[in-house]
Amino acid sequence: MKKRVLVACGTGIATSTVVNDAIEKMCKNHDIEAEVIQCKISEIAGYEDSADLLVTTTVTKKDYPFPVINARSFLTGIGTEETEQEILDALKQ
Amino acid sequence: MSGLYIDETLILDDLGETTKEGVLRTLATNLHQQGLVSESYIQAVIDRENEYATGLPTKGPSVAIPHTDKEHVLTKTLSVGVLAHPVDFGVMGEREQTTPVELIFMLAMDDEHTQLHMLQRLMNIFQDKDQLEFYKNTKDKTERKKALAEALELSRQGGETT
Repeated sequence: MKKRVLVACGTGIATSTVVNDAIEKMCKNHDIEAEVIQCKISEIAGYEDSADLLVTTTVTKKDYPFPVINARSFLTGIGTEETEQEILDALKQ
Repeated sequence: MSGLYIDETLILDDLGETTKEGVLRTLATNLHQQGLVSESYIQAVIDRENEYATGLPTKGPSVAIPHTDKEHVLTKTLSVGVLAHPVDFGVMGEREQTTPVELIFMLAMDDEHTQLHMLQRLMNIFQDKDQLEFYKNTKDKTERKKALAEALELSRQGGETT
């Protein structure tokens, strides 16, 4: 089944752009069918019932019914492999 | 990359501000005085930093990439601040953690789809300790701007930064 991945940052235009691209490439490389949606963290509520995963560069202020993964490593290059593995594990469930 | 405006007036050296707000205000006010962002950008970027921190620990000096919503931006641009002394910024995505930031890359972004390349190049800089050290230590503004333009591939001659 196609997974729905939310990628969010504070503005929905800066860091999420980089993370969005990284995740799209990753899904392609691993033959994972995913719909990646880039948005502001404040827009997450609208997807609460339909998303499988949230990957974000910001602090999340509430609990969501899907896993939340911090994607800062895609920006700094520190710990990227671990983050990728975490995302893959979440998507393969 | 086409459409991104940068010049030496947007690179501020030896900033003596000792607080996060002070640093952000100085850089944002300069952007406003250059006519690149609206006056509302100044407070908006400060508020945004307080709500969603942008400090990034790297393998070299820590950086921050303050930015805010596109409605405050008139011209897509990037301003660089080199701090005289490290100033603590919140770490992106963390509730409590701070990091002593020495380089600020203030972004004025206006569109989610055209800036991927520039942002990726910027992240490449953050992953390059030597380059960060160079931006921090060089006293030559022209050299810094040239290196930055090349690293961001503002001119297509830049090639890969190693």
